[in-house]
Amino acid sequence: MTERAPQDKNKQLVLRLLGIVGGMFIFGFALVPLYDVFCEITGINGKTRGQAIYQKETVNKDRLVTISFITNVNRGMPWEFKPMKTSMKVHPGELSEIRFYAKNRSSQNIIGQSVPSVSPGEGALYLNKTECFCFDQQTLLAGEEVEMPMKFYIDADLPEDISHLTLSYQLFNVTEAVQSATGAAK
Amino acid sequence: MAIRRKLFAGLAVFLSGLLSSAVYAAADLNMRPGVTETSVEAFELHMIVVWVMTGIAAVVFGVMFYSIFAHRKSKNPTPATFSHSTTVEVIWTAIPVLILIALTVPAVKLLIKMEDASNPDMSVVVTGSQWKWHYKYMEQDIEFFSNLKTPQVRENFKLEDAQNNENYLLEVDNELVLPANTKVRFLLTADDVIHSWWVPELAVKKDAIPGFINETWTSVPTPGIYRGQCTELCGEWHGFMPVVVRVLPQAEFDQWVVKKQEEKVAAEKAAAEAAARSWDMDKLMALGKEVYDAKCALCHQVNGEGAGTFPALKGSEMAIKADRMKDHIEIVVHGKAGTAMQAFSGQLTDAELAAVITYERNAWGNNTGEIVQPAEIQAFKAGN
Amino acid sequence: MADHHPTGIKRWLFTTNHKDIGSMYLWFSFIMFLIGGAMAMVIRAELYQPGLQFVDPNFFNQMTTMHGLIMVFGAVMPSMVGLANWLIPMQIGAPDMALPRMNNWSFWILPFAFTLLLLSLFMEGGAPNFGWTFYAPLSTTYGPPSTDFFILGVHMMGISSIMGAINVIVTVFNMRAPGMTLMKMPLFVWTWVITAFLLIMVMPVLAGVVTMMLTDRHFGTSFFDAAGGGDPVLFQHIFWFFGHPEVYIMILPAFGVASEIIPAFARKKLFGYASMVYATASIALLSFIVWAHHMFTVGMPVAGELFFMIATMLIAVPTGVKVFNWVATMWKGSMTFETPMLFAIAFVILFTIGGFSGVMLAMAPVDFQYHDTYFVVAHFHYVLFPGAIFGTTAAVYYWLPKWTGKMYNEKMGKIHFWWSMIAVNLTFFPMHFSGLAGMPRRIPDYNMMFAEFNQLASIGAFALGLSQLFFLYIVIQTIRSGKKSEDKPWDGATGLEWEQLPCPAPYHTFDTPPKVK
Repeated sequence: MTERAPQDKNKQLVLRLLGIVGGMFIFGFALVPLYDVFCEITGINGKTRGQAIYQKETVNKDRLVTISFITNVNRGMPWEFKPMKTSMKVHPGELSEIRFYAKNRSSQNIIGQSVPSVSPGEGALYLNKTECFCFDQQTLLAGEEVEMPMKFYIDADLPEDISHLTLSYQLFNVTEAVQSATGAAK
Repeated sequence: MAIRRKLFAGLAVFLSGLLSSAVYAAADLNMRPGVTETSVEAFELHMIVVWVMTGIAAVVFGVMFYSIFAHRKSKNPTPATFSHSTTVEVIWTAIPVLILIALTVPAVKLLIKMEDASNPDMSVVVTGSQWKWHYKYMEQDIEFFSNLKTPQVRENFKLEDAQNNENYLLEVDNELVLPANTKVRFLLTADDVIHSWWVPELAVKKDAIPGFINETWTSVPTPGIYRGQCTELCGEWHGFMPVVVRVLPQAEFDQWVVKKQEEKVAAEKAAAEAAARSWDMDKLMALGKEVYDAKCALCHQVNGEGAGTFPALKGSEMAIKADRMKDHIEIVVHGKAGTAMQAFSGQLTDAELAAVITYERNAWGNNTGEIVQPAEIQAFKAGN
Repeated sequence: MADHHPTGIKRWLFTTNHKDIGSMYLWFSFIMFLIGGAMAMVIRAELYQPGLQFVDPNFFNQMTTMHGLIMVFGAVMPSMVGLANWLIPMQIGAPDMALPRMNNWSFWILPFAFTLLLLSLFMEGGAPNFGWTFYAPLSTTYGPPSTDFFILGVHMMGISSIMGAINVIVTVFNMRAPGMTLMKMPLFVWTWVITAFLLIMVMPVLAGVVTMMLTDRHFGTSFFDAAGGGDPVLFQHIFWFFGHPEVYIMILPAFGVASEIIPAFARKKLFGYASMVYATASIALLSFIVWAHHMFTVGMPVAGELFFMIATMLIAVPTGVKVFNWVATMWKGSMTFETPMLFAIAFVILFTIGGFSGVMLAMAPVDFQYHDTYFVVAHFHYVLFPGAIFGTTAAVYYWLPKWTGKMYNEKMGKIHFWWSMIAVNLTFFPMHFSGLAGMPRRIPDYNMMFAEFNQLASIGAFALGLSQLFFLYIVIQTIRSGKKSEDKPWDGATGLEWEQLPCPAPYHTFDTPPKVK
């Protein structure tokens, strides 16, 4: 055995181990999208999915599912925000609409972002939104009020044990975040 | 040798003394069974595991102590030479597996039951924020904050206070009132950080997570008062945001609902009257000080000088410059995102808001002489 | 070959000698242990009685946070690395660690990392106050300014641990003496190799999560902020993906220590060597798929809860195998009970008690009642104090003659043992009861119904704190004026370090590889 041999062996092994370290560091970040995918499959965290397209689903007239709407305005958000109806009964497969009322009660223009969450979490998999204000940010001028529609349908294959869904929107003030992001872009 | 024996005897007396005083002092060394079906079942499962674990401990430690006694060098000068036995090793891998399977079966059953919040009779939205709970009854259209009864300032928490109050730290101003024998679904969320809503005797514990909604349920057969606490570290006063649930028979609950709704109407009327009136400085300052000490002094301090990350109000631009008055009203009414500054619009009446803002603009040498009227708050809130 | 070494401060600053570095790690971890312990004393003093007596709630939170961080990253982990440095080269017949200069680096990063962390106590807004688990958004949006220093500190100690772990793996894989096959290695070496693999797998994930915190705080990302589409629960998933293996990182080397000491004093070979190795490896593997048992209350679907519950309970099987093997090693041995053996036996018993409460906590439906109460505090302190720390203490007593050439005072060692044994149980056993009675963790004040148990725990904690100073005295007294040790003070001890090296071990050992039987 020459003198160099163990040195090379060490180097090789260290590089391999550093590879694991680097890989695991990336894996830590990969957990973020992986988690999203995992949640989308299992509905683990009750996040609803993006925009769905309604294609003449078979409507199950024999079944009625109650869906309740909750709104929650985060601190630092000077808006009034509430559902026009707190709950409704729908047939799975049927396209329905609910409107939300929002009013900017401040003297400034405010950008809001509403974040949806569904309980029970699995229910999120079966709640399809074809139109929702939560897909985009809303800008309301000082004192402006709007009614925002949300169209949705519940999959006909919603599991039998789910009879009641709750859809909650938490409204955040993202004015500063948006402004600093566009400021940075300039 | 004799000294050692004496030492051990002394030790034994000391230990048993400690143990018995502990047993005497606290009647319950164990989990409380609670009052709901699920809490009783959780307690039973807990007892099963405790006994299984005690049994295993008795066997393993028994063998070990026997070995320590019998296989000492003085008793067994030549050690055995075995160091391996496949049969024995397979057996003691298999037995724990069997025990664990046996424990899993009831656990799975109970878990499925506890997580089944379907078909509730009523729903309550529980929102945690630093450091209080907010309850909203979905069907009855009632909502209120539930604060620790004692204002959260350090001076209020002394040994004597604890000794003189059986429910020290476990009392709130507004209890969550629920009807008995009703399946209540709790929808939990939070305003700022993660909180966790726990009532031990109902075996309900669920995290309240900002931006997300969680659900859990209970059905309490026996009327009574059940106390719990926030169990997820949520900042400075985490230990001071209790949960109190008062369970009433259905009829009394219905009366309570009517009373609450009447109160709400009356409060709105009173607020409107207060807002319509013009207030003088002394009145605003007096009310303002009261509100400030109860709600604001916790962070901004009684002397208005702030502490740590909480800004000083004394001499602050926002509180003394006339052109910043709007910002001042804004921050008190709506709060500030990403900080501990809450929106007080839902917690205080317009008169109280006007009073506290007036107070902040005139106390501690902030002598602006400016008055904020309840009517101005009302107009501000309406977006005018 | 002359056994000379440089002297003065340069010896310690520039040393690449595994024994010097091992000593520095051990002393550093002991200093951190005392600092973290002092914080525990503040906590227990405040909790001695209901009411806010000494500190305000925010400072109390800083104490619980810093106590946890310092004990985990500053005391337990470096003490294990210190043992690895001292022992692994001697136990596998290597002249030194494979990467001696990196070894120097990985130690010297630590004092800087912890100075940074400790300085945060004096910063505007105070030290981190969000618990050692630093859950978002309390630690991101709501964290004090010093959080950024905490993040930097975690990065530095992470790099240090990763370098230490790489060094261990390379040393063990490439530097073993001829004839030292993997399945002949002492169990301490085995447990450390497995620990090192855990370290390089999970420390980068910890680095990842604190990096995400940093970008969330300052660079406009929203990994954990719901307002921007993030999820605070995601933080917990990533944190515990690191956090659960971390628990085994802290305890596996102590398993190795017990597996060295018990056979030595039973004068009998370790029972089931191979199954010990496999059990350790399976504990390590299982530790990657159980993380969410720390999060049963965050609102997972039932299927998820079931999976994590069952996987967690499975860990009890290999852990049980280890305990049974230790008992079988003692069985029909010819035991004597010197201080290292006493600590090792106490380790087995008390760690097992921690294991029992672990099985209880694994059962999701009952965990709802235990979660985030003092029952959990009792559980993990039983695993860490009489587990990891008794393991290290046993190791210090056992190898002190090898390191210093001096014998500690056996009588004082025994007093230290009984003192610790009583104090540890007095401190942590009542916490089971306060937890079952309903006391949440991380609270500075409590209702009278928890008063007795807290008082007992505080009395125990003060005694336990004092016992550490006594330990320090014993060690210093041994180094200064201990009796000279024989080359093999324990007649049952086996392994290259006892069989082929004198006491104290010379500065350079095994420059020519030993013969392995």
